[in-house]
Amino acid sequence: MKKLTLIITAILIFCGVLFGINHELNAKTSADGQRVLNIYNWGDYIDPALIKKFEHQTGYHVVYETFDSNEAMLTKIKQGGTSYDLAVPSDYTVQRMRKAHLLVKLDKRRLPLLKNIDQRFMNLTFDPGNDYSVPYFWGTLGIVYNDQMVKASQVQHWSQLWNPQFKNQIMLTDSARDMLAIALIPLGYSVNTTNKTQLDQAAKRLDQLAPNTKAVVADEIKMYMEQDEAAVAVTYSGEAAEMMANNTHLHYVVPSEGSNMWFDNWVIPKTAKHRKAAYAFLNFMLEPKNAAQNAEYIGYSTPNKAAMKDLPASVRNDAQFYPSRETVTHLQVYKDLPLKTIGDYNDLFLEFKMFKK
Amino acid sequence: MKSKTAYLTPYFLWIALFVIAPMALILYQSFFSITGHFTFGNYEQYLSSGVYLKMTVNSIWYAFIITVLALLVSYPTAYLINHLKNKQLWLLLIILPTWINLLLKTYAFIGLFSQNGSINDFLRFVGLGSHQILFTDASFIFVATYIEIPFMILPIFNALDELNPSLVNASRDLGASAWQTFRRVIFPLTMPGVKAGVQAVFIPSLSLFMITRLIGGNRVITLGTAIEEHFLVTQNWGMGSTIGVILILAMFVVMFLTRDRKNKGGQIR
Repeated sequence: MKKLTLIITAILIFCGVLFGINHELNAKTSADGQRVLNIYNWGDYIDPALIKKFEHQTGYHVVYETFDSNEAMLTKIKQGGTSYDLAVPSDYTVQRMRKAHLLVKLDKRRLPLLKNIDQRFMNLTFDPGNDYSVPYFWGTLGIVYNDQMVKASQVQHWSQLWNPQFKNQIMLTDSARDMLAIALIPLGYSVNTTNKTQLDQAAKRLDQLAPNTKAVVADEIKMYMEQDEAAVAVTYSGEAAEMMANNTHLHYVVPSEGSNMWFDNWVIPKTAKHRKAAYAFLNFMLEPKNAAQNAEYIGYSTPNKAAMKDLPASVRNDAQFYPSRETVTHLQVYKDLPLKTIGDYNDLFLEFKMFKK
Repeated sequence: MKSKTAYLTPYFLWIALFVIAPMALILYQSFFSITGHFTFGNYEQYLSSGVYLKMTVNSIWYAFIITVLALLVSYPTAYLINHLKNKQLWLLLIILPTWINLLLKTYAFIGLFSQNGSINDFLRFVGLGSHQILFTDASFIFVATYIEIPFMILPIFNALDELNPSLVNASRDLGASAWQTFRRVIFPLTMPGVKAGVQAVFIPSLSLFMITRLIGGNRVITLGTAIEEHFLVTQNWGMGSTIGVILILAMFVVMFLTRDRKNKGGQIR
């Protein structure tokens, strides 16, 4: 009994000390009062050197937190436990957050550098007039292939994935809308379709892809492709860029018949406490030099037109990440669909995953 | 009397807040459709769609295999450890891996099983050629069993440890063979440990989710995967809760089947 009391006391003292240290650390960050900026971004989605530079230039202290899915981020912002000053939702999530009144309307007069953004990427359906969001990066959905196992000509179009030669060779991304999109596009339907017959038709087609499907995974797709685990993968351009940096045998294709085009965007949530700092950071990131440095570090496509000339020509002219105007016209942006339809997409995708080879 | 209830108050509060309330909330949520209307539709969909029933059967089947395999490995191991000299040390070595994060262990298996992993390297070296190990049912069951084994060994070890050795000696003195002693004395007396182990392994196995994706490549879909998806991706909390209710029911069934029967004397025969 005595021993037990001793142990418990020791644990309590230890916890007390930890609590004290924690308090001390927190006090340090908030000691600067308003000089703080809370950023909520995807994991590894900014050049850390830029945060340092921003802190150095402006004296703000940046608290950087990360999330791994739009939904997780949305849930956390809705609950409002932590107040973030900036967050980075994707296109359809911007639309959803806007509808749920979770965002602050941007004061464009405080964003003089917004003019650097390419007009092609402004005023899109998910945020008309860019009243609530500033484009951060954009990209596509496409096919990654390993040139040791597959010839380029074999993977130029979505329909080629159904070719029996790829039996048990393809890795898919675990995302209902993206995977139904690759079945919808060859059928000539919109990736935003709410028509149940079209969806069922696409789902049936997707089920036929099951024999070729090796696995349906998420972030791990990068690791697997880098290790030559599979010949072909369907994934986002950003992920592809990272894979290709680590394995020179990998290449990325955006099928010319069309694909999804996505955007990640800066927004200011309603709960933001340091708006001045948020605007300062947005302008900082819109500066061509910084945008270019960030794009080079992340490897995603920047919507910042002014930054393009600061990028090396090999990046700027890379059709894999800056596809031709012709291809871009065939790309479709996701719209936030009615809940009922989202439910249909997910049910059909779940059925596909349950579909045995 | 009064002081006794006072002592129990924290306990009841704890149970009410952290056991009963969450379960009630799950039950409540399961009656709402994705658009937020009260409905029995989730249960209807669960019972009629075929997808969910198939998933349930799959999950139970996988959980059953994992539990049986874990038991087959754990009982002899626990028995052996109990007869070793430094048994606490050996037990510690068994428990040690549970201190490592589940995901790290799973990633280690990816390194072993992948096309260019150690196992395929070895297979190629001995001339058997490389094989697809990842994303198969076998690899999923192997990893899940590996992860659950410590939770099976511990209760069995404790039961064996508490077993009065004089009972075993008496059995041997009275002429029972080693096998008879095990079957008639040791095994029945350690049954509570086995039951606790089955409880500790079967229920979590039903709701495994990260391993189904990382090792099973989502070719193995369990109820846990579906719940994760409904809560995080689909935002269909109603359906997720409905599956949660099913899991809670499954838990009660397992607890009932493995309960300690009252008439302890009659059990050993």
